[in-house]
Amino acid sequence: MVQDSPAVAAPAAAPRPRRIRRPGQTVAPLLFISVAFVLFAVFFVGPGSLGMYYSLTEYTGVGDPEFIGLANYEKLFGDEQFYRSIVRTVLYTVLAVPVHYVAALGIALLLTSAATRFRSAGRVIFFVPWLISPIVTGVIWRWMFGENFGLINFVLTSINLPRQQWETNGDLALGVVILAGTWAGTAFTMLLFIAALRNIPKSYLEAAQLDGASASQRFFRITLPLLRPTSFMVVLLGTLGAMKEFAMVQALNGGGPGTENMFIVQYIYQTGFQRAQIGYASAVSMVLMVILIVIALIQMRFDRREDLS
Amino acid sequence: MRIRGVNIWLTALLVVLAALFAFPMLWFLLSSFKPGSELFSLPLSLFPKSWTSSGYETAWTRFDFWRYFANTGTVAVITTVFTVLVSAMTGYAFAKYKAWWLQAFFVCILITTMLPTEVIMPSTFAIIRDLGLYNSLAGIIVPSIITATGIFMFRQYFRTVPDELLEAARIDGVGEFRAFFQIMLPIAKPIAVVLAIFSFQWRWNDYIWPLIVLNDPNKYTLQIALRSIVGADNIDWSVLLSASVISLIPMVILFIIFQRQIMSADINSGLKD
Repeated sequence: MVQDSPAVAAPAAAPRPRRIRRPGQTVAPLLFISVAFVLFAVFFVGPGSLGMYYSLTEYTGVGDPEFIGLANYEKLFGDEQFYRSIVRTVLYTVLAVPVHYVAALGIALLLTSAATRFRSAGRVIFFVPWLISPIVTGVIWRWMFGENFGLINFVLTSINLPRQQWETNGDLALGVVILAGTWAGTAFTMLLFIAALRNIPKSYLEAAQLDGASASQRFFRITLPLLRPTSFMVVLLGTLGAMKEFAMVQALNGGGPGTENMFIVQYIYQTGFQRAQIGYASAVSMVLMVILIVIALIQMRFDRREDLS
Repeated sequence: MRIRGVNIWLTALLVVLAALFAFPMLWFLLSSFKPGSELFSLPLSLFPKSWTSSGYETAWTRFDFWRYFANTGTVAVITTVFTVLVSAMTGYAFAKYKAWWLQAFFVCILITTMLPTEVIMPSTFAIIRDLGLYNSLAGIIVPSIITATGIFMFRQYFRTVPDELLEAARIDGVGEFRAFFQIMLPIAKPIAVVLAIFSFQWRWNDYIWPLIVLNDPNKYTLQIALRSIVGADNIDWSVLLSASVISLIPMVILFIIFQRQIMSADINSGLKD
């Protein structure tokens, strides 16, 4: 539905006569974008530049911000919790994005394969987590992985395995966050992959099969390369999503145990809103912004968006 | 192993994965019908030994769900209407008019997906406050209206609509605005429906803006209310499970009604809010 269809623009046989531009054709688009432009300026450019200013001030939310130069940044570079949050967020991203990718692509392949049954029921089941909010997702997984009351530990002890410290061991807690995030995020990504897989002409795969290409050859040589634009999108969106993970963790373990799994957005929230250090939190925001810009630029280098024009 | 074109192993894998995906939900749903005493009594059993809706009754009386539903619904519906309209207008301008400033603004919109505003929430909060929107539902609605996804979806769609249609309307003396509202917008209805569903889901499940903007418990949205139960020192699981299930009902209804549109949505423009 949303795909570009070059067929529409194809019949360019006769060069179109140069249109005379009526003034309405400049005013109209201006008005069409005006609302979006104002909102963009107020809620994107505004906070961006204001944040940059706040990051150079001491500001508690009341009174006037007091200019203190780069002091916030100096403090930031000696702030252990800041480093821990960054490292933990990056670790989460590096682990979660590949897991999300493989899970969603694998499920999409199973759901588009002609050799499987129960595909439509499967599609609904895999999609249902999309309906569930991050908070409720956190609740569901906290309920499963409760250390003293959860089902998982109960099952482990019933089959004579040791109970695991899902809540008090930081690495296991991070593992649960990755599991829950994959469970919740697969639905949407799976739809993207299903749409992309359907757009791959069957004739390519059939021709390869006739030439004796094995299933894995067909996948790695034909399907995967053709999925490149979608893969790029999934990895980029997954990375950004993981870097700003907040709501689900709030309900799942609150960044615990302690502050061990406090991700960077939670750290911004805590310093900015619970401790009312808006200036300092803005400095953290600016650093995170730079990190995201760098990530986006690196990923853009791997795939130029051809439909920008 | 294949029997009549069906690969048993792949089908088995699909079934196992689907079971793994469904199980957390099932466990959560079934637990919500257990009485409080049974929730933690070992051995745990999958099905409640005695079914009860007491958790639901407690949740329903202790929390003002009607109010939370009303607040969340208001935010979701109003934001969605504006989102669809603004996205359609903006996407249409990007698709059907040529000017350097349109190009430039389009790039700006794409950049917003790379830099989510959650990242700069302290200053966004300051702006919402200075506009007098703090602690009001409008403070959640207004900043959420523009989404790059929506604009992009409409832009892609309108690009597939032949320019000749617009030319013909112009020759017939139809103004630019009438051409948009009476010809183009009705054509784009499928996109509008898909975006509306997505937008509704985003806003219904939104957490971070309501958390920051709302202070008065009377204005809480469902997610914030749920968070206040999870955030308690001693979580009342019986209430929490039931309240969570209740909060899902509207989305489930929405899904049942629009299942076809959601599942067939060819969202390869692919930006996610």
